[in-house]
Amino acid sequence: MADVYLDNNATTMVDPGVVEAMIPYFTEQFGNPSSMHSFGNKVGFALKQARGQVQKLLGAEYDSEIIFTSCGTESDSTAILSALKAQPDRNEIITTVVEHPAVLSLCEHLEKEGYKVHYLKVNEKGQLDLQEYKELLSERVAIVSVMWANNETGTLFPVLEMAELANAAGVIFHTDAVQAVGKIPMDLKSSKIDMLSISGHKLHAPKGIGVLYLRRGVRFRPLLRGGHQERGRRAGTENAASIVALGKAAEMASENMEFENTKVKAMRDRLEQGILKTVSHCFVTGDAENRLPNTSNIAFEFVEGEAILMLLNKQGIAASSGSACTSGSLEPSHVMRAMDIPYTAAHGSTRFSFSRYNTMDDVERVLEAIPPIIEKLRKLSPYWSSNGPVEEPEKAFAPTYA
Amino acid sequence: MWDYSETVKEHFYNPRNAGEVEDSNATGDVGSLSCGDALRLTLKVNPQTEIIEDAGFQTFGCGSAIASSSALTEMVKGMNVDEALKISNQDIADYLDGLPPEKMHCSVMGREALQAAVANFRGEEWKDDHEEGALICKCFAIDEVMIEETVRANNLTTVEEVANYTKAGGGCASCHEGIEEILVRVMAEAGETFDPAASPAPEVDTTPETLVAGTSGMAIMKRIKRIETIIESIRPQLKRDGGDIELVEVMGDTIYVNMTGACSGCQMAAQTLGGVQQRLMEDLGEFVKVLPATELPKAMAGA
Repeated sequence: MADVYLDNNATTMVDPGVVEAMIPYFTEQFGNPSSMHSFGNKVGFALKQARGQVQKLLGAEYDSEIIFTSCGTESDSTAILSALKAQPDRNEIITTVVEHPAVLSLCEHLEKEGYKVHYLKVNEKGQLDLQEYKELLSERVAIVSVMWANNETGTLFPVLEMAELANAAGVIFHTDAVQAVGKIPMDLKSSKIDMLSISGHKLHAPKGIGVLYLRRGVRFRPLLRGGHQERGRRAGTENAASIVALGKAAEMASENMEFENTKVKAMRDRLEQGILKTVSHCFVTGDAENRLPNTSNIAFEFVEGEAILMLLNKQGIAASSGSACTSGSLEPSHVMRAMDIPYTAAHGSTRFSFSRYNTMDDVERVLEAIPPIIEKLRKLSPYWSSNGPVEEPEKAFAPTYA
Repeated sequence: MWDYSETVKEHFYNPRNAGEVEDSNATGDVGSLSCGDALRLTLKVNPQTEIIEDAGFQTFGCGSAIASSSALTEMVKGMNVDEALKISNQDIADYLDGLPPEKMHCSVMGREALQAAVANFRGEEWKDDHEEGALICKCFAIDEVMIEETVRANNLTTVEEVANYTKAGGGCASCHEGIEEILVRVMAEAGETFDPAASPAPEVDTTPETLVAGTSGMAIMKRIKRIETIIESIRPQLKRDGGDIELVEVMGDTIYVNMTGACSGCQMAAQTLGGVQQRLMEDLGEFVKVLPATELPKAMAGA
């Protein structure tokens, strides 16, 4: 039986069509696009085409607004550090408590350097309080960086509206859209988003390629200085093969946008409803009404995520978890904690993330596998008696914590 | 995915003694804040002989927490309680053929559950004296609390000293930023300022009198003596396999040895050297490289 891959928010398979498009740029088209001769020239044209393909997927006004980088993290760092460098008189940043570490760790580091960072909180459904946000916007804020879609729950933030508000207050707005690009339609030219990050490997391009969208006219300071590549905004010889690949992947994402929002969504919904029906004491985390079509995050109470993943993996099923143990960190996922999910549920939170390569057969496989796994682990759990949670679990089992 | 041993996986997939022991007369409920795991250990102890006749566990936790609990129950059955109390968390990890450094706290939780259960059997109240923090040094599995307390107790001011006292940072050195942050924080409590210049990164100085000094801060002769003693303690093992090892030269963090007898030319020699290196690093509490003496001329030519 083929393995079932439901961890597409972690990374995706490179589409065979994408591989095919990039291969020539390792061999016959190996030239440096900056060179005058024909070896380089053809590569230059290929990069231009790729830039156009990404522009189209984002609905950007100009292709020169697309800057190729090495990954989503580089795009995030470039955006935030650029805003600080370009506006030395502004020393505040607004972001959220549920951002990806690519943004959170950088912000925590900047705090040590003396910047003031405002972390917007979320409610139990993972939603922001826009009133709190509005009150923080001021001429002291250099940049707002808010993710478009959350990687763990798929919850969407109202970035279009938030960008309008930032714009009205004269503040640069950046969004980490690595999970959203290719899954929901975008038209950046009609928005007030100034900067946006993409990661290639989340949409069936290879790892090691990303994009920073930079609206024309937004003041910018490069992270990497050197050659004139990317119009001097990101020096370093272009990763030609991967840029071509990302272009192709962007084109395919545009073509599959409807599929993602119908067929992929139907698979996700079938899985989620199936699990909720057959397993007791579990619930969907995040904003179920307003999220990516491919993501479902279910918290199984009284069991632990890594144990679930290991048992799923034994049956050839790949998913991911917000438990502390899967990351080697101290705490369960900061996203689960931010939503105030109790520890005994946060540790059992399990993310299933689909792609257009999944099938309904995959869904049936997981639906068969999950109930016995949860039952087996609950039998081992001190919070569980023979057929349900022990009465008042927190009281019946109150270990001495160290 | 974690690099779990086959034994860990086996105990996780087929846990032994899961569930509560019937007629148990000892219960230990403990949790590890460091990952939210929790364990209830129940024992049936014979009140006359104090022999543990049966053991069972219920665990809310990850794969290695369940495996550690399962291993613990297997280990204690048939032991008397005094014997059982001698089980260390390392014994539990060894029983499982090792645990990743990030997961060693699972074995600690097992040992604590056992102590708590025995205390319960004896009608005493068990108090936990051990606190855990974020893992800082992955080479030697040293956590934040341990480093913080050592820095505070000994007024440490440099990364080098932290490595000497706790081993943290003595391996791959990736955690030095984290150690510096702890120093900044703890030193600030005492109104002091951390000065990175006070602790130059350990460098191999090639002037003759410092050639043999390492990063452990130990006096030169004392350090060589220590290295000799450690190597001496490894020899019986090698001799059993018909081989032997001798110390040839110590240059900074590089230790040159001669492998003789069955060890010379043995395909396992490289692996043995690795084992010797690991042993020396653990005992000296600093990073060292162990090379065959045949590499020595090259180093001399380079110096």
